[in-house]
Amino acid sequence: CQSTFGFIMTEREERRFAEVPRESIKLMAESSGVELSEEVAALLAEDVCYRLREATQNSSQFMRHAKRRKLSVEDLNRALRWSNTETICGYGAQDALPFRPLKEGELFFVEDREINLVELALATNIPKGCAETMVRVHVSYLDGKGNLEPQGTVPTAVQSLSEDLLKYYQQITRAILGEDPHLMKVALLDLQSNSKIAALLPYFVYVISGVKSVSHDLDQLNRLLHMVKSLVQNPYLYLGSYVRSLVSSVMYCILEPLAASINPLNDHWTLRDYAALLLSHIFWTHGDLVSGLYHQILLSLQKVLSDPVRPLCSHYGAVVGLHALGWKAVERVLYPHLPAYWANLQAVLDDYSVSNAQVKADGHKVYGAILVAVERLLKMKALSLTLAAEGSGAGLPGTTTGAVGFRENSPGLSPPPEPLSEPPLGIASHLQAGGAGCPWEEWTPVSLPAMYCELYSFFGDSLAVRFSTGPPLGGATPPGPCQPLEGRKEPASSAPNLENTRKMPQLTASMNISPRRDGSPRSPLSSSSRPGRSTSQSRDIFPKARFPLPQAGPPAFSFIIGGRQMGRRCQGRRFQTSFTPTPPLTTHPPRAYAHKLPVIGRVSKPVRRWTCSHYSLHLPL
Amino acid sequence: MAAVQDGPMELDAEKEAKPEILSDGTSNLSGNTASGTLSSSPLTAAPAGGAPKMEDQQTLIAVLQFLKRNKLSESVEILRREAGLGEHQEGSQATDGSGGGKGDGDGGDANSLLSRVSITSAAAPQSMPVKKDQPDVSVVLSAYSQQGDPPLYQVYYSGLKNFIESVLDCHRAELSQLFYPLFVHMYLELVYNNHETEAKAFFDKFSGDQECYYQDDLHILCGLTKKEHLKGNEVLLDFRTSRFVLHISRDSYQLLKRHLQERHNNQIWNIIQEHLYIDIFDGMPRSKSQIDSMSGSLAGEAKREVNKAKVFYGLLKEPEIEVPLDDEDDEAENEEGKPKKKKTKKDSLGSKSKKQDPNAPQQNRIPLPELKDSDKLDKIMYMKESTKRIRLGPENLPSICFYTFLNAFQGLTAVDFTDDSSLLAGGFADSTVRVWSVTPKKLRKVKSAGELNVIEKESDDVLERIMDEKTASESKILHGHSGPVYGVSFSPDRNYLLSSSEDGTVRLWSLQTFTCLVGYKGHNYPVWDTHFSPFGYYFVSGGHDRVARLWATDHYQPLRIFAGHLADVTCTRFHPNSNYVATGSTDRTVRLWDVLNANCVRILTGHKGPIHSLAFSPNGKFLASGSTDGRVLLWDIGHGLMIGELKGHTDTIYALKFSRDGEILASGSMDNTVRLWDSMKAFDEVETDDFTATTGHIHLPDNSQELLLGMYHSKSTPVTHLHFTRRNLLLAAGAYNSQ
Repeated sequence: CQSTFGFIMTEREERRFAEVPRESIKLMAESSGVELSEEVAALLAEDVCYRLREATQNSSQFMRHAKRRKLSVEDLNRALRWSNTETICGYGAQDALPFRPLKEGELFFVEDREINLVELALATNIPKGCAETMVRVHVSYLDGKGNLEPQGTVPTAVQSLSEDLLKYYQQITRAILGEDPHLMKVALLDLQSNSKIAALLPYFVYVISGVKSVSHDLDQLNRLLHMVKSLVQNPYLYLGSYVRSLVSSVMYCILEPLAASINPLNDHWTLRDYAALLLSHIFWTHGDLVSGLYHQILLSLQKVLSDPVRPLCSHYGAVVGLHALGWKAVERVLYPHLPAYWANLQAVLDDYSVSNAQVKADGHKVYGAILVAVERLLKMKALSLTLAAEGSGAGLPGTTTGAVGFRENSPGLSPPPEPLSEPPLGIASHLQAGGAGCPWEEWTPVSLPAMYCELYSFFGDSLAVRFSTGPPLGGATPPGPCQPLEGRKEPASSAPNLENTRKMPQLTASMNISPRRDGSPRSPLSSSSRPGRSTSQSRDIFPKARFPLPQAGPPAFSFIIGGRQMGRRCQGRRFQTSFTPTPPLTTHPPRAYAHKLPVIGRVSKPVRRWTCSHYSLHLPL
Repeated sequence: MAAVQDGPMELDAEKEAKPEILSDGTSNLSGNTASGTLSSSPLTAAPAGGAPKMEDQQTLIAVLQFLKRNKLSESVEILRREAGLGEHQEGSQATDGSGGGKGDGDGGDANSLLSRVSITSAAAPQSMPVKKDQPDVSVVLSAYSQQGDPPLYQVYYSGLKNFIESVLDCHRAELSQLFYPLFVHMYLELVYNNHETEAKAFFDKFSGDQECYYQDDLHILCGLTKKEHLKGNEVLLDFRTSRFVLHISRDSYQLLKRHLQERHNNQIWNIIQEHLYIDIFDGMPRSKSQIDSMSGSLAGEAKREVNKAKVFYGLLKEPEIEVPLDDEDDEAENEEGKPKKKKTKKDSLGSKSKKQDPNAPQQNRIPLPELKDSDKLDKIMYMKESTKRIRLGPENLPSICFYTFLNAFQGLTAVDFTDDSSLLAGGFADSTVRVWSVTPKKLRKVKSAGELNVIEKESDDVLERIMDEKTASESKILHGHSGPVYGVSFSPDRNYLLSSSEDGTVRLWSLQTFTCLVGYKGHNYPVWDTHFSPFGYYFVSGGHDRVARLWATDHYQPLRIFAGHLADVTCTRFHPNSNYVATGSTDRTVRLWDVLNANCVRILTGHKGPIHSLAFSPNGKFLASGSTDGRVLLWDIGHGLMIGELKGHTDTIYALKFSRDGEILASGSMDNTVRLWDSMKAFDEVETDDFTATTGHIHLPDNSQELLLGMYHSKSTPVTHLHFTRRNLLLAAGAYNSQ
């Protein structure tokens, strides 16, 4: 009888609810064989309306207490039952009932199809039982911070991988480690932006930790590093303690004498540079996740640097790593080590035997890297001093705006802005409390002139050229007095970049990740702001007269100056290979630091070993 | 009725009503409803008539006879004395008039007393023999038999409207309160007297003027056009049986009175006298916002005197427990940690035990169960945990864990956690209750009696041996109810679980055997909520029958019935000191009841929708309530004042919880969010000075945005329950809603 049940909805103006008209009542009565008079029908209709409304109002209470938003047939039935009315049957289905209009009669009815019970009973596709009710817990917000774990991800500890995720993981890893560069790019992009892969993070981290097993394959290493980059850049991922694991993988690429570097044709230098940049990126964006990370990184870099047994490429990695971590790191680790290390390097560079050619080329690499790092150290230190001198009130805003501008300008993997102050997060305190045996614990700041003097004694005019003397590189006009403010701001932001791009022929390709590698546009600063503002700035800071250069500063390293000048003409890497040392080595005057060499003790020995040419660079492998 | 109604008769009526209720657990008749019934009379509506004196006497005599017949001799005495009928003759009116009268409204006072008397006579012969559950409908409705001129109703109303709109601003807001109750009563009067078309016209003309928060009621009202319909409609019966309470300053009231007398507007004056209770106060008229914040309930605001009773909201003294320090200390504590911990423990214990809180009730005001050894152990655990508690604050928000119920096709309707957060119970619409262990420890049943006999009772691990390892599982299902389970509550000792259901029963389950121990019958209608006392043993339940009941687990009948709500009791909560019970209702009021004598000691109005969640602050001083309109209101229990309004949620608030130290209030809602509020700030900012305390007028700063510390979305999971662990981790629970 339900199917004959129909309403005619009328919307009278003065009432805001549906009414059952008397015609419907009469029809219903007729269908059950009762004849109603007009009057009775009208009364009944009104009463039915009222009762329906009442039942609906009562049923809403059941809905509210069931904590639902949707009123169900069950709610209405309960309301009817409690008001001692018969309940309606047959409408308990979850899916919505189609309510259809009949065009001719302005009649609306519920579609009610006949169901063949026999068919239903004999049907072979028995519906599956519904899944069991269960409770899952997940940490939604840690310490009330909402940005920690985005919605829709479940902590890895609880979640088992779904089929889809598993498939995704396979596809992504295959694409990244596979041959097709286009596919790899797509996969990396997705990895960088996908918000639902939190569960896969440990798996990816595991894959990345495979760097140790593919150290012979530069290409694979590169791909894995890119994977790291994508993961680090994914804003939806909370790396947590996985940062440590990622950092150790990256450090491996920076420091280890990779099997791939046996073949001098393999450009593992670029890989190291890239890894160093990645390291600084991870550190600056995620360093706060692991306490003492900075300290640990510095410690391991320093260890490599002070270990003369390590091959030069490892040393190179340590230097670029320090450089990437900022000038403070250079000042604290590299600079104090320089005297000791220098002798080592010197020995390599001074060995002209044919068998040493390869090692020597590597030595030049290290030399270049050190030079770059040291130069920036000087520059930043000078900058910080001038800023401090000009008053912190004026100086600080300048640096901050500069830093912000930098960040905006180069979204990709460019070296992070360097704070002139200590890195935040109380890293300094880590260092102070680092425990005994930390070589930089007794570190005391060296004054800038002293530092410059000392460095000058190593690098000679090659340093001077860069800072104060030498031909103007960009053909810049002498600095006018009108620049102080601008000049102050500018170096903070662009100095590192400018240095990288313009002043170090050796490292052009390495310190500035080329677009083809990271896909990020070259920072506009590096390409556009060529005018020698920073040179002029550096002049401001380093007026030659300010530093009394050591009297005994003969051009002991004249060959290097020559190389520099050559390098300016040649571009980038080629400089390395075409570099030809000219002067004989015997003419060295005794250096001020010569007496310090024995302190290291082991220094002389490896030098000897290196010079005797049978030494294999990659012995540790 | 202008003047304060004087007590004796009312007390009397309640005295009569109470024993009856207590003796008959199934009766729905409540003290207040009964007295409400008594207060409206068909006869006194026209005091001008000459007849009433004769009738009054007759009815009085009839009542006396009735009382005598029922051997209620004390009442007879009181009634005699009261009505001055001792010598069978009148003079009653005169004494009453002079005795009870004060202020302006005393003309009506005598009438009211008499009317109550007369109505009792009218009601008694009809209703008592029939033993109806509801207050007698015909009597209530017959209040409308007095007819004015139906077409003139519109004129009356608009006349008053024009007057109110023309008065000074300061009075307009106050007098505007009259609109809604007058409108409803006039409309009902028209309907009752079969002036259907006039009623419709009246409704259409003036329904738009009413405050938006009365929309729900207007909706019900507009569907009602026949006298017959009035009989079955509970909401409107409630409206009848209770007087709509208004707070109006004396100046405004006199303005109104003068106006009505000048105009000879008796129709409205009569309605005001019969159906409204105007609580007159001296002082400045209230502003619109002040009025709006307090109004909205079904029966207007609370009378001031009902909130005057002293409430002992302080906490009970913590029992002295010898804390076994060294041997029990967990291994994580090192040498340095130990002395410190001892100290803090002593402090926390000492401060509570030495200084008896002046606001705390007597320790034995309510007999409480004695602590068992296991309870003491649990207390020690609690103290240990609380030393590790994270101190929350605006800068230090809690972490939130969300317990999502997946595949809850049956419909999750209620959730509760144990205090130590080890167990989770869910009530479902399919009549089942499910218990989960949220720790690695699985749920095990006790072995059967036969197996238990075999166990050596003296062994150390007897408690372990009695458990049946075969039954270990993560969750257990409890079958027994025959309707959706709307409320679940764990006992503090984790041995029992309560569940209340649509089938009208509350069930007590054992968590040792996972079987039903008792079914408490009494409500006979859906039981919306139940809650265990913080000390165990007692529990409270509230339901569709508009009463809340206090039970003890070992009594199958209720110990107390808290009657007075005008609509369903939707949620119930015990005060931390177990001496009071708070109930929230569909009539949009929160009431606080004294467990000792079942008196209603606080009526808190201000909500604009049914109240679905309540939470006491841990120090017992404050109460938070959340309703369907998405607002949380904060109350000072001692003063009975609203002290805060937290706006932000966009849907019904089903869960409220204070953090363990009370610094943070968490609210969970149907809108899939958990919000954290700075409750310390909210409580601190409102300084309740003497003035506000006496007048009850509050200025609420609109600072919801400042107080909101955080808003946390779930993906598609309404928040059904919130719980702070002992270390202040916030647990939220809800069923994932895939639609």
